[in-house]
Amino acid sequence: MIKSNSEKREKIDWLFKQLFKFTGFATIALLGGIFLMLIYNSISFFANVSPIDFFTGSQWDPGSATSKYSIIPLLASTGLVAIGSMLIAVPLGIFTAAFLSELAPKKLQTFLKPVIEMLAAIPSVAIGFLGIVLVGPGIAKIFGIENGLNALNGSVLLAVMALPTIITISEDAINAVPKSHREASFALGANKWETMFQVTLPAALPGLIAAVLLGLGRALGETMTVLMATGNASVLPEGFLDSIRTITATIAIEMGEVPYQTTHYYALFAIAAVLFMITLLINFLGEYFANRLRKFHA
Amino acid sequence: MENMKISVNNMNLYFGKKQILKDININFKTKKVTSLIGPSGCGKSTLLRSLNRMHDLTTDAIIEGVLKLDDKDIYDKQNSIIDIRKRVGMVFQKPNPLPKSIYENLAYALNIHKFPKEKIPALIESALKESYLWDEVKDELKKPAVKLSGGQQQRLCIARTVVLRPEVILMDEPCSALDPISTNKIEKLIMSLKNDYTIIIVTHNMQQAQRISDDVAFMYMGELVEFGTADQIFKNPQKELTKNYVNGHFG
Repeated sequence: MIKSNSEKREKIDWLFKQLFKFTGFATIALLGGIFLMLIYNSISFFANVSPIDFFTGSQWDPGSATSKYSIIPLLASTGLVAIGSMLIAVPLGIFTAAFLSELAPKKLQTFLKPVIEMLAAIPSVAIGFLGIVLVGPGIAKIFGIENGLNALNGSVLLAVMALPTIITISEDAINAVPKSHREASFALGANKWETMFQVTLPAALPGLIAAVLLGLGRALGETMTVLMATGNASVLPEGFLDSIRTITATIAIEMGEVPYQTTHYYALFAIAAVLFMITLLINFLGEYFANRLRKFHA
Repeated sequence: MENMKISVNNMNLYFGKKQILKDININFKTKKVTSLIGPSGCGKSTLLRSLNRMHDLTTDAIIEGVLKLDDKDIYDKQNSIIDIRKRVGMVFQKPNPLPKSIYENLAYALNIHKFPKEKIPALIESALKESYLWDEVKDELKKPAVKLSGGQQQRLCIARTVVLRPEVILMDEPCSALDPISTNKIEKLIMSLKNDYTIIIVTHNMQQAQRISDDVAFMYMGELVEFGTADQIFKNPQKELTKNYVNGHFG
């Protein structure tokens, strides 16, 4: 009787092990599948268009007799808004998180945190709308230009969208720094600023890097907002006041109209594959730096 | 009259409405080791932490009475908390090296007090030597401090306190997380440090208190029950309560 009971339990144990193994591998398979699908279609593209033209040209002008397929203007657009948004969101996000966890009185904290999290719930279409009617015209007025739908507009909006992610994860990282580190620093006669900038924030750095990368991932992958608010000009931008068109916006706009299995169709997979590899690389880099720092922690 | 380093007069301490310390009067002598003993929750760590104003971090802590470092009122708002903590260093129960290298752990302490850059390496070396850690770490000063053993970490924390040349070192059960060999090393270190520093230590270990102390204070339920030399407290306690505690009848 006892034996059969333990046999049964071991069997259940085995069953669950297999189940979890399956779910784990399913996720990896999904990622691998997407990657393969992108690569497979990209190969069809590169059979028609030389990779050299793809990576060195300066025009994205698909679907005509004299089609030009260069990713450079799209890549530059994506890079520009992503960097711009991070320049705004990273300092703002990390300092807000530091303020919330280290300095803010309890009452303010309990009020601000849900407000910030609510920011994440605003649909990207609404943010894009805000860009068209409010931020864009504002930028046009400030800089004295005709059209405010440009990279700067996109950067500001993407920063707003990345902020909740960056703040929430940064705050968790800062809160996870053991109290004993702060006590050690205070007991040596350090003040709050020295402790925050030289002990707490450096100790939270792996988490802060993760926060920034997730925010960056959000900015790179965001489609609707940049589609609506950056002017949709697939030419090489020269600065933040130029209209741009990101990789994501290009795919979203053109995928609906493109004839199936044409060079243009495959070209959209190729730019998607490039975007995928960039985000993958950023994740690996973040992991690498976070691990290097982690060895200083117990 | 022996030289007093820190004096505590008529001190009451509350966390919110709860009174933790009741009418404490005690004097800590210069360059002596004073142990605070007593059962858990008697307030000895609380008393220790009030000597370098660590309770400032606790918003609902209320402290009454006069605490003086030499002639300086520790809680007078005129006196800089930074200066107080530089003069009164602290070593915690659990070793708490900062997530930096061994060298940077000490350099941080010196940098925040604006020690001249060119003097820092020599100061660090002598502090590590004084803490009997130099020979073990001199070739790997860049190594993360958390890679050291528990005992080495605690000696590093002592070195980090010593490097600032404080006048008083507070120790909150510095050996409770360590094995007997590491404990022995720390005790030796304390004995050599008392030539230069006033040491106040909280301990649960009666043998340790007996080995290292000049003076001993026995506390119970937030009150200072008895204060005297180590010999008095352990061999000839005046109060019944002290006698029961040091003989291990409760605690």
